[in-house]
Amino acid sequence: MTYGPARAIPGDQIRITTNPDTEPFWQAAKEGKLTACQCGGCGHFRMPPTAICPECGSRAKEWPTLPGTATVFSYAICNKNPRNGEDYVYVPVVVDLDGAPGTRLNANVSGCDAEDVHIGMQVTVDWTPIQDGWVLPNFRKA
Amino acid sequence: MAWVNQDKCAIVGVGATDYYVRGKSWPRTINDMAAEAIMNACADAGISHKQIDGFSYYSTAGAGYLDKFDTASLMETLGMPHISWSATLTSGGGGCPGAIGLATAGLMNEDCTYTVTLMALQQLPQHRLGVVFGAAAPNPENSFLQPSGLVGPGHLMSVLARRHMHLYGTTQDAFGEVVMATRANTHNRPKAVRKEPLTKDQYDASVMLADPLRRLDFCLETDGAVAVITTTMDRAKDCRHKPAVVHAAAHGGQREWGRAFAWMGMPDPHFASSGHKFTADRVWAQSGLSARDMDVALIYDHFSPMVLMQLEDYGFCEKGEGNDYVLSGKLRYDPATGKGVNGGTPVNTHGGNLNEAYIIGMTHIVEGVEQVRGTAINQVKDAEFALVSGGPASLPVSSLILRKD
Repeated sequence: MTYGPARAIPGDQIRITTNPDTEPFWQAAKEGKLTACQCGGCGHFRMPPTAICPECGSRAKEWPTLPGTATVFSYAICNKNPRNGEDYVYVPVVVDLDGAPGTRLNANVSGCDAEDVHIGMQVTVDWTPIQDGWVLPNFRKA
Repeated sequence: MAWVNQDKCAIVGVGATDYYVRGKSWPRTINDMAAEAIMNACADAGISHKQIDGFSYYSTAGAGYLDKFDTASLMETLGMPHISWSATLTSGGGGCPGAIGLATAGLMNEDCTYTVTLMALQQLPQHRLGVVFGAAAPNPENSFLQPSGLVGPGHLMSVLARRHMHLYGTTQDAFGEVVMATRANTHNRPKAVRKEPLTKDQYDASVMLADPLRRLDFCLETDGAVAVITTTMDRAKDCRHKPAVVHAAAHGGQREWGRAFAWMGMPDPHFASSGHKFTADRVWAQSGLSARDMDVALIYDHFSPMVLMQLEDYGFCEKGEGNDYVLSGKLRYDPATGKGVNGGTPVNTHGGNLNEAYIIGMTHIVEGVEQVRGTAINQVKDAEFALVSGGPASLPVSSLILRKD
């Protein structure tokens, strides 16, 4: 099927909330830095950020700045704006983050036609301002 | 090792309301429909609803997705004099058949004598399951999913289906065959919502809602209620019908599946799976049986690809071979012989969530009971064992084997 250009969902209709475990991720995003939660004890990465390392039980967390590149692990093609049902082509992707083995983000990809998105495609982070002054990591075709 | 509670309890009564297209059950209330289903199930069992002294829920005692069951409220409605068991499995529809295992726990602990498992569902516009994920208020956990626009269960499942297609060469033709094979079982079912035979051309013309999934890959949105009564085998002997014996029951799952498509962190090969491997292995270990021993499989079908992936996880075929298994016609029921086709095990002889009605898995239990009683509309000849599965979703998911008495 032919869909045409993939667009990110407009940021003004996206809202997030945070808690003390997740807020450092979103604060880094505000500064244009893509990070992931890394255990300060054993170095294991986990996303979304949680209170305790599932591997070693440590509460110590580090927030290294990642390269900002990723690989598409899977995706869907959607053609209605989820807010108002109007025609709107967007591609939710599940990506594997470079520099943080085993972690993923769910985002939108743009910079290509929806039908050109494929598993294994290289993408780079693309920041989308959203409600309440937060910034969301989306991705563009690399 | 055989399960310690094997063959010690049975489902003795099944009851339901009519099935309504989404929203059409109004002005009936949830408790009205729940009570009718309970009373019908008790009548089927040959007991009074006032003998119910246990409630074994799933889906966190949810009635649909925004309403909640409350045991005291149901007691008030139905006049049950006392209850001594009120428990629920957590999460959602994945726990449906596992609730029969929960019922068994209450009965074997001598907490209760007759326990009901039920679901009632009324999808008024604000309660539509199809939009519940997207309409949920943002929280710190779903803030890592919701902004991607994966707002409905179908969107979420399409991402899993895509990965399965990528890894194993699975085709949309196989998803279509799941829908067509089970649609073929509803033409003679008076209560089924979709009864017309489905052609491949009609399937291919179905609108793409979340590529690679079409509207017809999504289950129905219906209203209604279904209840089943579980009791001990000694009491079951005095009930109206032959008991549907609880031969094995398990709920749970493993960390690699976890929150599933509310998370998307599953490593391969778990990502492109149904998350059922763990409970499948448990019920096979409990029973000493395997997929080939099942006479009929009632597989939770909220989305057609998840049927294919469950067939792999339960071992009806090898992992990655679901496409060929499905396309060889092995899900089909042959009414002429009362058996499967091409050596397969008939799947969803009631039409399932895709075609008959969607009451979050309860219709699969009812069909399992009717099959081992020998009273099913599409009766599998000499059915001895029926497998029932709960919806692939956040843990726990669950599995049940019913046996003919």
